[in-house]
Amino acid sequence: MGFLDRLDKGLDPVGPDIMLGTVEDLLNWGRSKSDWYMHFGIACCAIEFMAVNAAHFDLMRFGAIPRASPRQADFIIISGTVTLKMAERIKRLYEQMAEPKYVFSMGSCANSGGPYWEHGYHVLKGVDRIIPVDVYVPGCPPRPEAFLEGMVQLQKKIRHQEIFRKREKMSPEDLKAIEDRKIEMEKQYQDYLADQKLKNQEIG
Amino acid sequence: MKSNEIFERLIAEFPEDIISLNEDENSESFIYVNPRNIVEIMLFLRDENDLFFDYLSCLSGVDSKENLTVVYNLYSIQLKHRITIKADIPKENPSIATVEKVWLTADWHEREAWDLIGIKFEGHHNLIRILNPYDWEGHPLQKDYKTPEYYHGMRVPV
Ligand code: SF4
Repeated sequence: MGFLDRLDKGLDPVGPDIMLGTVEDLLNWGRSKSDWYMHFGIACCAIEFMAVNAAHFDLMRFGAIPRASPRQADFIIISGTVTLKMAERIKRLYEQMAEPKYVFSMGSCANSGGPYWEHGYHVLKGVDRIIPVDVYVPGCPPRPEAFLEGMVQLQKKIRHQEIFRKREKMSPEDLKAIEDRKIEMEKQYQDYLADQKLKNQEIG
Repeated sequence: MKSNEIFERLIAEFPEDIISLNEDENSESFIYVNPRNIVEIMLFLRDENDLFFDYLSCLSGVDSKENLTVVYNLYSIQLKHRITIKADIPKENPSIATVEKVWLTADWHEREAWDLIGIKFEGHHNLIRILNPYDWEGHPLQKDYKTPEYYHGMRVPV
């Protein structure tokens, strides 16, 4: 459950301005409300994306800020026809992005090859053949409203993600490894203390 | 100038190289020429005062199954008339002289015709692919072109 969903349920009876939640919820809330994107416009869909970004539809009210570098971007928007020549560049850009990263596939071309589905010798039939896609926005080109709906879906996805691995979902071997490691660290610490004590005695 | 007048001028100058005139009410009329002396013909069309084709609007390659065709769409900005010149070249040895020296525009157009149809333009200063990646195999707009299965590990057909 996301942080905002808790808000919908009303505040906890613990106190008037106390809201209970996990650190994960808080982080996800922040992440979902400020995802910066890198726009990779390749064809006509990119023109439609300009409309999404302009004043009338105003993508920035979702906290999405355009970045010119993949290293600063949380998600990348592939809008247009992905030719085989471009596909290699897209893959490299995606690899340059820092985790956690998301991919937006905008329009039929990026989803599946679109009008080039059958006879395009030069078109990749869907950008998901080279990079994992999180949100598909259908349309040729999609209306800006459709894109904004995709944006909401992406925020929802981020909000419900588990960024810390849940302990109950770990395998018994992993749990045992963690316990062993704890005991080992405790032992190292005790050794260290004993060591210090010994040294202090020598000096004293 | 009408297309038949242009044809008359050409046939008087190059009696052996001009093949035929196709006049069409609805589209542009075109003149078939022999590819042998293409540069001379083009220079003549450009430099004569009453022809003065100072603008190459388009140069394209066409695969018409039996042979390949180069199509030159010419326009005279000054005299406001136009003509289309076509030259058929055999598929076995698809080569024709470049007109890059006549109109500089021809440079990229010829690279495109080489890339997609596979017409060799003799004397072109930089005849490399322009649209496809440099390591692409074959010329995709030829009629008997087969789409490759894979390109750099990416599957191409659906
Ligand atoms: S999906 Fe349609 S609008 Fe978008 S890039 Fe492809 S052809 Fe253009």
